[in-house]
Amino acid sequence: MTELNLVQAINRTLRDAMREDPNVLLLGEDIGVNGGVFRATDGLIKEFGADRVIDTPLSETGIIGAAIGMALYGLKPVAEIQFLDFIYPAFDQIVSELAKFRYRSGGQYPAHVVIRSPYGGGIKGGLYHSQSTEAYFCHTPGIKVIVPSTPADARGLLLSAIDDPDPVLFLEPKRIYRSLTGEVPDNSERTPFGRARLVREGSDVSLFAYGAMVPPTVGAAEALAKEGVSAEVIDLRSLVPLDEAAVIASVEKTGRAVIVHEAARFCGFGAELAALLAEKALYSLKSPVARVTGFDTPFPYALENVYLPNAERIAHAAKNAVRAS
Amino acid sequence: MVEPGTRAIGHAVSTSPSFPEGRLLDAYRLMVLARATDERCLMLQRQGRIGFYAPLMGQEAAQVGASWALTPNDWVFPAYRELAVALARGVSLRAIFDQLLGNAEDVIKGRQMPNHFGFRDVNFVVASSPIGTQITQAVGAAMAAQRRKDPIVTIAFFGDGATSSNDFHAGLNFAGVFQCPTVFFCQNNQWAISMPRERQTRSATLAEKGAAYGIPGVLVDGNDVRAVFEAVREARERAVSGGGPTMIEAEVYRFGPHSTSDDPTRYRTDQQLSAAKERDPVGRLKGELLTSGTWSEDLDRELRESVRSRVSKTFEEAEKAKPLDPRSVFDDVFVTLTPRLAEERAHFDDLVREGVLKL
Repeated sequence: MTELNLVQAINRTLRDAMREDPNVLLLGEDIGVNGGVFRATDGLIKEFGADRVIDTPLSETGIIGAAIGMALYGLKPVAEIQFLDFIYPAFDQIVSELAKFRYRSGGQYPAHVVIRSPYGGGIKGGLYHSQSTEAYFCHTPGIKVIVPSTPADARGLLLSAIDDPDPVLFLEPKRIYRSLTGEVPDNSERTPFGRARLVREGSDVSLFAYGAMVPPTVGAAEALAKEGVSAEVIDLRSLVPLDEAAVIASVEKTGRAVIVHEAARFCGFGAELAALLAEKALYSLKSPVARVTGFDTPFPYALENVYLPNAERIAHAAKNAVRAS
Repeated sequence: MVEPGTRAIGHAVSTSPSFPEGRLLDAYRLMVLARATDERCLMLQRQGRIGFYAPLMGQEAAQVGASWALTPNDWVFPAYRELAVALARGVSLRAIFDQLLGNAEDVIKGRQMPNHFGFRDVNFVVASSPIGTQITQAVGAAMAAQRRKDPIVTIAFFGDGATSSNDFHAGLNFAGVFQCPTVFFCQNNQWAISMPRERQTRSATLAEKGAAYGIPGVLVDGNDVRAVFEAVREARERAVSGGGPTMIEAEVYRFGPHSTSDDPTRYRTDQQLSAAKERDPVGRLKGELLTSGTWSEDLDRELRESVRSRVSKTFEEAEKAKPLDPRSVFDDVFVTLTPRLAEERAHFDDLVREGVLKL
């Protein structure tokens, strides 16, 4: 075990995966000589050379299109999109090409591509360095969407992503890249996809969160405990595939659900969770499902703390849910 | 090679020292087969026996010439009009028809519209409909081959319309920067559905667009099978010897509609078409064979009849193949079913069992 922050865990995991498998290579903007704008790939070009840590021209469609071609040929590219906000020039490659390659070729051409991208607000990044648009990708069949919230999960899930024969969008909560540290295994143990993480057990209300929303959700649970409300916190961490069983089991136990994400509410990932609960856990619910999310506005620069869910809003929603029944 | 801003059509190259002259008749046979398949498929679509078709007629020499300059280990990234490329790489007519029908024998399991086939066994990557997306992918595969030191090239097929796409510019730019072994093979058939070539770009030629990315651009008469062969052979040789990518523009003309969903009389005249047909690549090669004395009108009639009957017979056989297993709709989204997909399939089974869905 080594004490690392999240971005250090990613750096070390990329290094280990590249040592383990010569087919793994990285490509993206400023990832080589500069080590990545968040330093996620710092030092890797020195160890693996410019052929495996590829600084590309400034074109996201070029990065993802090239990554697909590399994967079809048999390599395991890990592409970095510098900010999730800049992924859209590659949207066509991701949605029309990457996610469909296995299906549209009848299984002949799987596309073993990992796309890493920092996402989310809270770093004073304004409209174009803050968004949390995972729902666009979760809506597309054929691509997995993973969001770690701890350094250990960042390692275990990234190793699984690099192993996975299907495309994976690996979203990194940049707000907590450095703000928290944790024990990270030195071995190469994989964290499987499709399993939520029980962060904290509780009996009155279930709080569902992922990525950078996990710490304020835990904060809310701690505050609730002081007021006599026992909140369970579940870190979904794997949005596609989703651990539906864990979500349902928790609500069957608590009877109440609060869903937290920083993305805008309308058609956000929380809508899918709410629908899941309506379909499969309705009779366990003692109060309406609540969502604590970003507002349905573009991401505001100066007022990002107004926009982003915090522990107070989450606790408030949980108390309302408990009070309503 | 093309100087930017000029329109120096360099297709004096009707000779190619490397072209396999002994196989000229084979090239012709392949072109006749592709043309006959096209004609039959347009009819089959009108009869409702296939759902859609995008003909290649007019592009036979470009496709055969380009294909013959490649090796089996090279990777083809097609657009969706590359029937003759698939045939030239050894794909059977039956496999093509199975794909057009989406039957149980279809290699891609009925997942895509007609023409969007792919055959891994001959390194013919599966097609898609979005324009130009295969260009950056071909570059990525070439970068992979470059890293593995495999002496191969990747070739991206695309049309004049694709030169306006994002991926064309990204792909040529990446290839120029990384000097990877990719051949960009643009079949300029003069039309992107209804949009004529001269309104697609202000550039005098498409070949000269290579210059912006530091890539040699070559303009070639796409109706001349030898000229195309020579251009691709040269580009291939340069690429495998570390000389980087080449942008080739093969000038052809799309004789047919964009697809069976298109009516070209809305945007082009009969005179335009008949003028273009004077340069018909199939007719041109036939003329040469006749002049050389190795071919005759009788032999030609015989060939066409036998090809037509082979095409019809093969299609009728393909029509007899079993339909797809409806449950296969859930396969290949991921390597294994996710719990969600397993549940959806179980629900589908229930609907069938309860008679709600009648198959």
